[in-house]
Amino acid sequence: MAEITIVQAVNDALMEEMGRDEDVVVLGEDVGVNGGVFRCTADLFDTYGEDRVIDTPLSESGIIGAAIGMALYGLRPVPEIQFSDFIWPAFDQITSELAKMRYRSGGQFTCPMVIRTPYGGGIRGGHYHSQSPEVYFTHTSGLVVVVPSDAYDAKGLLKAAIRSPDPVLFLEPKRIYRAPKTEVPEDDDYIVPLGKAAVRREGTDFTITCYGAMVPVAVEACDKAADQHGWNGEVLDLRTLVPLDEDALLASVTKTGRLVTLQEAPKFTGYSSELSAIVAEKAIDVMEAPIRRVAGFDVPFPFTLEHVYMPHADRVLRAIEDVMTYE
Amino acid sequence: MVDVLQILSPAGEVEANELPEGLGDELLVKLYRQMVTVRTIDTRMLNLQRQGRIGFYGTCKGQEAATVGSGAAVEMRDWVFPALREGGVLLLRGYSLEQYMGHLVGCSLDPAHGRQMPCHFGSGEHNFLTLSSVIGTQILHAMGAAWAAKIKGDDTVTLGYMGDGATSSTDFHAALTIGAVHKVPCVFFCQNNQWAISVPFSKQTASDGIAVKASAYGMPGIAVDGNDVLAVYKATREAVERARRGEGPTLIEAITYRIEGHSSSDDATRYRDSAEVESWKQRDPIERYRAYLKRRGLIGDEVDGEIHSSVKQRVDAAIKAAEAAPPPALETLFTDVYAVTTESLKAQYRDVATEDGGGTNEGAFPL
Repeated sequence: MAEITIVQAVNDALMEEMGRDEDVVVLGEDVGVNGGVFRCTADLFDTYGEDRVIDTPLSESGIIGAAIGMALYGLRPVPEIQFSDFIWPAFDQITSELAKMRYRSGGQFTCPMVIRTPYGGGIRGGHYHSQSPEVYFTHTSGLVVVVPSDAYDAKGLLKAAIRSPDPVLFLEPKRIYRAPKTEVPEDDDYIVPLGKAAVRREGTDFTITCYGAMVPVAVEACDKAADQHGWNGEVLDLRTLVPLDEDALLASVTKTGRLVTLQEAPKFTGYSSELSAIVAEKAIDVMEAPIRRVAGFDVPFPFTLEHVYMPHADRVLRAIEDVMTYE
Repeated sequence: MVDVLQILSPAGEVEANELPEGLGDELLVKLYRQMVTVRTIDTRMLNLQRQGRIGFYGTCKGQEAATVGSGAAVEMRDWVFPALREGGVLLLRGYSLEQYMGHLVGCSLDPAHGRQMPCHFGSGEHNFLTLSSVIGTQILHAMGAAWAAKIKGDDTVTLGYMGDGATSSTDFHAALTIGAVHKVPCVFFCQNNQWAISVPFSKQTASDGIAVKASAYGMPGIAVDGNDVLAVYKATREAVERARRGEGPTLIEAITYRIEGHSSSDDATRYRDSAEVESWKQRDPIERYRAYLKRRGLIGDEVDGEIHSSVKQRVDAAIKAAEAAPPPALETLFTDVYAVTTESLKAQYRDVATEDGGGTNEGAFPL
């Protein structure tokens, strides 16, 4: 076992998948000679050459549209959007074209590809280097949306995504890109299956749903709840937002009867709103307290007051106290 | 503006240029038959739309030379990325009229299960991409597929169609920029039919034509008389060969005219002068080509009648079959969203299948 970062895990997955399948190509801004601004594509250019590790002109729609054409023709492109905040010029290509290709052609044309993009705040990035865009894509049928929370999952989920017949949006939590490190088996071609949540901390008193960079926040809040109140919370890391592991969600709330949802994206019509609605529709009879959503505020992502915006363990703890003391 | 390539004079005479290479008598006649077929189908379909038997239609009328001439210049192994008015290229590639009509009617004979409104054809077997309604997006797909062919070492060429309106899209700019940098084997083919719904070309761009834009992207730009099927064929064929030799993309502007409205939903008399339409009708691509073929003795007076009656017969039979076919199966509402239908989609299907059955189907485009 080796302890590695998420950046290294992404790089390892790309290196291994490109070695396994010569149809896998990487393209994007600064991904080639420079190895990516976060170093996720380091050494790929030297290993696989400029035909398969491609520095593109600066056009996000161009990158994704080109990758769609490549995938239609039979390659397995892994385009990178340098920050998810810059994905919007490609939104039309992703939602109108990529997501609908299989459906609109009756399965005659498909676009298996993985769009990798770092997302999220906590890195002093202001409006345009910090946002969490997941819900714009989870709302579009035809896309798989994946958010790993540690190096083991980043590697295993990315390998599974590259082998998937469906288009995948792979959101990388850049706040935890380089720390903490996680143990990842060496010389082991493992994958982590898409569509399966993971219980990060087992508990019986309440459930916290989370994904990406909010997973360690949820664990910390649970630890505080245990220390301060003796409550035993369960942390459910969703890992794949579409398709949602609904069974895992319902199993956990059925066990605990209390739910706190956690996301760093703005609260209104966020992903957690869907989780709350599912629990309300299908498990309201087991709930012992109203659901509490902890999320970013409904404002553009701030710079100086970022620490106020970002959900932190104490804010989550207050929500835990609400659901645990509800009468 | 760059010089406009013309082979066939408006009177149907071959001018200074000689006939393009590879255009033997058989192909010369085939081009004609195909142009007349496209016109006949368009006329019939527009009538069916007026009768409420299909929901929508966009004709190729006036652009048959540009569509057929370019479509005939690529091989079957090449890929076609169409816009709205290139259904004729799919027929040229051997697509069955039954499936064609099945799609227009939206019945179970449509390989895409009636999921899109009419005129959004596609066939994997014919390397003809199922188009979306979004303007310009396919230009990037054509470029990307050509790039993939280059990476894989295939000698496939792609043909990406667009209208003049699409040249204002960001994806046009991105596709030509990237395609030229990476010298991909793609032919960008713009049907400049002078109108993007109600917006004339003069309000689309202040550029002196489209072809001239190519030089800034770093590729050849060819302007061609789009109502001259021989010139269109020659220009496209040369661009395809150039791409296949590894010399990169070409931008072709076929200067033509949209005789009908944008679609069956559009009344063009609201925004354009009938005198302009009449002047372009005088330059009809089929009349012009017919005069040439007759002079050459390649077709006789009877050929039009024969094509019309055989097309009518085949179209009528295909329409009859399509109208008699059942609608797409209920489950096709939920399949093909993902490679394997998800549990939540299966649950939604079960709800519809067991309890609901769907509401009444009264929609009409446009609302």
